[in-house]
Amino acid sequence: MRPERSFQGFILALQRFWADQGCVILQPYDMEMGAGTFHPATTLRALGPKPWKAAYVQPSRRPKDGRYGQNPNRLQHYYQFQVIIKPSPPDLQDLYLKSLAAIGIDSSLHDVRFVEDDWESPTLGAWGLGWECWCDGMEVSQFTYFQQVAGVECSPVAGELTYGLERLAMYVQGVDRVYDLNFNGREGAEKVTYGDVFLQAEQEYSRHNFEHSDADMLFKQFTMAEEACKKYLDAGWKDNKREAHLMALPAYDQCIKASHVFNLLDARGVISVTERQSYIGRVRDLAKACGEAWMRTEAGGSSPSLRGESL
Amino acid sequence: MPDLLLELFSEEIPARMQAKAAEDLRRMVTDRLVAEGLVYEGAKAFATPRRLTLTVHGIPARQSDLKQERKGPRVGGAEAAIQGFLKATGLASLDEAKIQRDPKGDFYIALTEKPGKPTLDVLAEILPMIIRTFPWPKSMRWGERSAKPTSLTWVRPLHSIVATFGLETEEPEVVPFELNGITSGQTTRGHRFMAPAEISVRRFEDYEAKLQAAKVVLDPQRRKDIILADAKELAFAQGFELVEDPVLLDEVSGLVEWPIVLMGSFDAEFLSIPGEVIRATIRNNQKCFVVSDPKTGKLTNKFILTANIEASDGGLAIVAGNERVIRARLSDAKFFYETDLKTKLEDRLPKFENIVFHEKLGTQAERIARIVRLAAEIAPLVGADVEKTKRAAQLAKADLVTEVVGEFPELQGLMGKYYALAQGEDASVAAASEDHYKPQGPADRVPTDPVSIAVALADKIDTLVGFWAIDEKPTGSKDPFALRRAALGVIRLLVENKIRLNLVSVSDFHSSVLDETKMRMAQAKAKVSGGFSVIANAHTTQLWNGRQVRVNSFDLLNFFVDRLKGQLREQGARHDLVDAVFSLGGQDDLLMVVRRVEALAKFFDTDDGKNLRAGVKRASNILGIEEKKDKRAYDGAPDAALFKLDEEKALAKAMAEVGPEAGAAVAKEDFAGAMTAMAKLRPAVDAFFDKVKVNDDDAAVRENRLKLLNEIRAATRAVADFSKIQD
Repeated sequence: MRPERSFQGFILALQRFWADQGCVILQPYDMEMGAGTFHPATTLRALGPKPWKAAYVQPSRRPKDGRYGQNPNRLQHYYQFQVIIKPSPPDLQDLYLKSLAAIGIDSSLHDVRFVEDDWESPTLGAWGLGWECWCDGMEVSQFTYFQQVAGVECSPVAGELTYGLERLAMYVQGVDRVYDLNFNGREGAEKVTYGDVFLQAEQEYSRHNFEHSDADMLFKQFTMAEEACKKYLDAGWKDNKREAHLMALPAYDQCIKASHVFNLLDARGVISVTERQSYIGRVRDLAKACGEAWMRTEAGGSSPSLRGESL
Repeated sequence: MPDLLLELFSEEIPARMQAKAAEDLRRMVTDRLVAEGLVYEGAKAFATPRRLTLTVHGIPARQSDLKQERKGPRVGGAEAAIQGFLKATGLASLDEAKIQRDPKGDFYIALTEKPGKPTLDVLAEILPMIIRTFPWPKSMRWGERSAKPTSLTWVRPLHSIVATFGLETEEPEVVPFELNGITSGQTTRGHRFMAPAEISVRRFEDYEAKLQAAKVVLDPQRRKDIILADAKELAFAQGFELVEDPVLLDEVSGLVEWPIVLMGSFDAEFLSIPGEVIRATIRNNQKCFVVSDPKTGKLTNKFILTANIEASDGGLAIVAGNERVIRARLSDAKFFYETDLKTKLEDRLPKFENIVFHEKLGTQAERIARIVRLAAEIAPLVGADVEKTKRAAQLAKADLVTEVVGEFPELQGLMGKYYALAQGEDASVAAASEDHYKPQGPADRVPTDPVSIAVALADKIDTLVGFWAIDEKPTGSKDPFALRRAALGVIRLLVENKIRLNLVSVSDFHSSVLDETKMRMAQAKAKVSGGFSVIANAHTTQLWNGRQVRVNSFDLLNFFVDRLKGQLREQGARHDLVDAVFSLGGQDDLLMVVRRVEALAKFFDTDDGKNLRAGVKRASNILGIEEKKDKRAYDGAPDAALFKLDEEKALAKAMAEVGPEAGAAVAKEDFAGAMTAMAKLRPAVDAFFDKVKVNDDDAAVRENRLKLLNEIRAATRAVADFSKIQD
């Protein structure tokens, strides 16, 4: 499973590298989301004082980026590899460069650069400073020191790395079309390409996202998710006092849901420019309320005396 | 005297912030040193992607001692006062005080001496303070310490600090301080990939040399020089020419510590895309330079990149990687361009019905329709074909909704021109797409094709009249809609193309066109609210030049006048002459105003002009005094029968000749001729003041002479109000 021969070998190499750094290797979150940052292992775990190290692949859905399988590198579903380490270690840049070496990018042969990129997510109420990481002129990763997430100041700051897996693998394998990536590392009859796995899905989902998704249903789903999120947040405050929260994670699931439904509605072209801002604001309000609740949970760093108590 | 070396070593600093940060560091440290009484000989600051460095040389080794004399209470004064004095001055007893006698009596004086501190100690205090308060545009927290509220913020994580101080001949000392867990020292690192090991440095000279050996070019200017020279050389070697780009050069030099310039190429088939699109793609997305062929003046299929390492394969992999990315980017651009060509510009226009230009000024479609009407109105005045002008105005903004302009907004107008030509539009019509945005600033080209002139004027006047109508005028330094630039554009279009346009009339005309948009919007609003639609379209008017015009048109005229004055001032011309011409009233033709100003300026450079102005000024002053004293005006023609002296008669005669002559010249817009006529008045005016006493004892004669003076003032008003002219 050499990283430069197969897409899966590439993923396994990254996982192994970050496992060796003491990261918890998680599996993808079981919900649709636009980026690995939405995973509660990043959004929520970035908050509060407790140390946290995790790495995982997250399938990311960008309904608007669908191109019916026609474009060589645009996809409505792709993989991000996400690393989150809190507090950010002093040698995070070096670790990142070592991880590139682990997937076959030799920094004595390639031109690796850190180019300014300030990250901001209006839907998550989050911002950070960092870079786009370039390899020979190609953006291959995002590197961010989170300053605020879900409206809460990060204390301490977490470092986040996001690798665009397809793009990096295309570079390492030397292919120009994402569908030509060798997925399983075999040759001849046994070879499975990225296209074999995902081309049909790209075509089908593009049709769905742009032409057939049920907008009426989606509008209802958005409202339902929004209402459920608020309901769970309200119900989660222990003894009705805003000191301890017992249901931040289920509430946050609904925030993820609302965000993805919004992306689907946006791709369908049924949200006007002015409405767009208001939808983003509504998702942000949910994210902020979830962040506030999370800070009152045990993993969020709230008082250990709450342990073991139930609703 | 000793020197300071300071290096702040961090993770990658954004390229655009480096130059200002270096300057801020130099200013903050040197200002602080001077404030501490430490005057230095020289200072220089540098920045690379990973470090800010400052060297200050010739700083005194310590502050001078500070002697203070402090006056205390009277000898034999109250005990409380004496105790307070001792406490404040730190004296042990009155024995340590001196006694000084002055006219009010004997007083205690305390002489204290505050010894100067060693500069090393001063630096150890001020450097951490400067680092803590450094004005980065955006800064951040990081690492374990970011959990504390007192954590240091920096542009990106700060890793180490070099701070040494000492003489060239001696081993320098480290300026000792600790900041956010970083202890100052004399250790830095070289290039991230090529020389990552620690380096021990003493002072600036060995620091710079050791960095150079560790593959870091400290001086940004040197990095720029290297990149530019190597890029030119690479292009030249293949018979090509680098397309220079100073802004890109600045940025690229801030992305590397060790610039290695390499050349790559792309498939020649992409050269079918307009050169500007290729350049925007390669420059904006990849930060690479493009290359042209001097034989054709067009781009070639080469590009120049600046890497940060000497790669072990000589850069083959780097070039290949960049070529792949550029190929993908150009494929996208080519796809956008070819997609754009499939839709005619006029077929894009319906899209503008859904794009709001400004919430109070309607849609882009309405704005385009207004520009079409105004351009058609202006066309005959600038010698443009009306039909072509209307077509040009119709299509000029259509490229805003194309794919290429969506990707590269800076190509607006230019793409419109290409698309117009591709669909077989007339060359003037196509040119107007690009040129109607011009001039964008004082250095920008002014269009000369009449069609472009008409559309450019209409575009700018629609903007000005529109924002005036909704009261969004520029205030102070705030001009979010660039209205000053629009007005200056109108001035240059008119003056440089010698176009006569009555701005008040044009503005009145266009305001009524704009009323239709406002009416439509008010009706739509009324319909939504389900209420009655009573549309009031009120506007206030005022009397101007014998007719009623909109107050806004008059106000806008004054805005143009102010811009014209500003422009003349910047050109070193006499802007007071603009006032002298405008105070005549009724002047809204800027070309004529400028011509009058030019004629005046020339005239006042001659002796005749200077003396005549002095004479007119004297006449005005005398009149002013006497009119005030007598509380009446001396208008009306003087009576020839009352002239007693020859000089009076001669002046009256000269005036009778010069007045009509100057008037006739002005009517023909021959301002130089009017001035020549005016010059003839000078001997008569000079002789009059020489020989004639205005305030004659005979009241009738005095009145007559004052009336004569009034005539002088009136005659010169044919060209300007001389009283507004400054000495």
